Amino acid sequence: MQTTRVETMVNFPPIDLTTKVEKIDQTKNRNSPPASSQMSRRQLIQKIVFVFFRGAAWVNGVALLIIIYFMVANGWRAITWTFLTQAPRDSMTKGGILPCIVGTLGLSLGAIIVAFPIGIASAIYLNEYARPGRILRLIRLGINNLAGVPSVVFGLFGLAFFCIYLKMGVSLLAGALTLGAMTLPVIIGASEEALKAVPDTYREASLGLGATKLQTIFRVVLPTALPGILTGGILGISRAAGETAPIMFTAAVFFSPRMPSSVFDEIMALPYHIYVLATAGTEIEATRPLQYGTALVLIALVLGLNLAAILWRARLRKRMQ
Amino acid sequence: MANTRQIKDRGMNVFFFCIATASITILFMISVFLFMEGLPIFKVVSVKDFIFGSYWYPTSDPPDFGIFPLIIGSVVVTILSASVSIPLGVMSAVYLAEIARVKIREIVKPIVELLAALPSVVIGFFGMVIVAPFLQNVLDIPTGLNIFNASLMLAFMSVPTICSISEDAIYSVPTNLKEASLALGATHLETIVRVVLPASISGISTAIILGMSRAIGETMVVLMVAGGAAMVPASIFDPARPMPASIAAEMAEAPFRGDHYYALFATGIVLFVFIFIFNIIAEHIAHKYRQVGEASL
Repeated sequence: MQTTRVETMVNFPPIDLTTKVEKIDQTKNRNSPPASSQMSRRQLIQKIVFVFFRGAAWVNGVALLIIIYFMVANGWRAITWTFLTQAPRDSMTKGGILPCIVGTLGLSLGAIIVAFPIGIASAIYLNEYARPGRILRLIRLGINNLAGVPSVVFGLFGLAFFCIYLKMGVSLLAGALTLGAMTLPVIIGASEEALKAVPDTYREASLGLGATKLQTIFRVVLPTALPGILTGGILGISRAAGETAPIMFTAAVFFSPRMPSSVFDEIMALPYHIYVLATAGTEIEATRPLQYGTALVLIALVLGLNLAAILWRARLRKRMQ
Repeated sequence: MANTRQIKDRGMNVFFFCIATASITILFMISVFLFMEGLPIFKVVSVKDFIFGSYWYPTSDPPDFGIFPLIIGSVVVTILSASVSIPLGVMSAVYLAEIARVKIREIVKPIVELLAALPSVVIGFFGMVIVAPFLQNVLDIPTGLNIFNASLMLAFMSVPTICSISEDAIYSVPTNLKEASLALGATHLETIVRVVLPASISGISTAIILGMSRAIGETMVVLMVAGGAAMVPASIFDPARPMPASIAAEMAEAPFRGDHYYALFATGIVLFVFIFIFNIIAEHIAHKYRQVGEASL
């Protein structure tokens, strides 16, 4: 105990970690005696093991590329103007996916309208008001557990609560609310991180000028954190757009002859359309191109949103530094 | 004057607190409604027969509601996928946090995030139309839609979770620990294995548990790829029917508030309890063995 404390006291101020380690590496390599066989054996082992580590990391990239490659290679021919702007015809073996696109957009927008205000307000409480203690721990436990609830359980909950108990039926509204509950943890997490990144000096300056806490939050903290919060919003939309299980029982149907005209209508959605065509359609093999095409549209939508969020965030970080 | 401002401020505090409890409220409502719609099945079968009964024939007459094969399906698929995703995820995390240069990290990290963002239905579709025929041809087995295929697809869904949480843990190991190890003459690898990994083991365990909980709760992949046979599998190339797949596949045709409907909600309860236990363990590890610099070594 005593020694640890002494150690911590003589600690040097924190140094940027990666450069430091690299520097040490370089000096070590330069000074190590090349003839020492034991040293070179250890370094050889290190080299071999590091190749494995690097390989593991690149497997992720390869997996992503393979999936995208197969979807693009098999799906791009299906993407035509007709495909994107018409409804399915002939028991879904021909035609387009417009109702599915509209349905998915409606669902994810609805979900974000529900989750965004609640998520930001929760994050404001967690970061600006809450004091550490049992209540805070309980709230965090709730958020973490909500984030871990399986998507199909959200579907069951949506069916029992929104569709049956609140009598919304299978509808866009019920699906959007279910997805909203599911994206809430994503929004809270991203917003909290953005709020944390606002330097305390901003808050102190504002409070020092006589502003109330609320004014400080709305005029100083939130505007500074807004881009980070919006990135979280984009990630939330993309998550909601790609989910299938929560909308299977609450919002999406096999086939709907007309476009949704109100939030109480049942809808078609891209992910569910893929699932239906691939497993339960009348002609599974014949509609393969349609399946690939729908998957490609969904991937383009979701990964596009994510890529935008990632690039935006990278730019923000650079500006912050 | 200052008093009204104080009151207003207190009011806002309460207001934000109320909204912050929304997550807990939703969680609470989920459990209430699961139990409300699921418990009636136990008037028909006992809890023991439901969980350990080995026949799942909900639509035959008389119906059998034993979800043991479904539980086994879920557990097998999860463990098998973990045996791929844990090494892959942790090794990727070590590479990103310790070995990779900053430039490379800035490329690889977004790739991992994009992998996490792939919709599960697309991964399921990929496993169904690309991987399954491939496995069937190469391994010469009756069907490519089996436990092995599903586990592989699930692994790629949990690797990003494991990787990014482990990476945070590894990254936050204090520099002076590493420097001390390097100064004593250890190689970079020896430092990683003997110092960095032990120091971040709590974060890595949390990551692994959360990754596995993602795998056990994942629906679309197992629904489309696992093959859907509700029996206790004999080999990893047999089809299985994990719990989420069963719920998703059968809910549409289960008569409203019939026994089958109740049984599916009860399966949801079992799944929910599984995840809840996973999360509590993760929370416990994260809280109890929190990384506090040198003290955790």
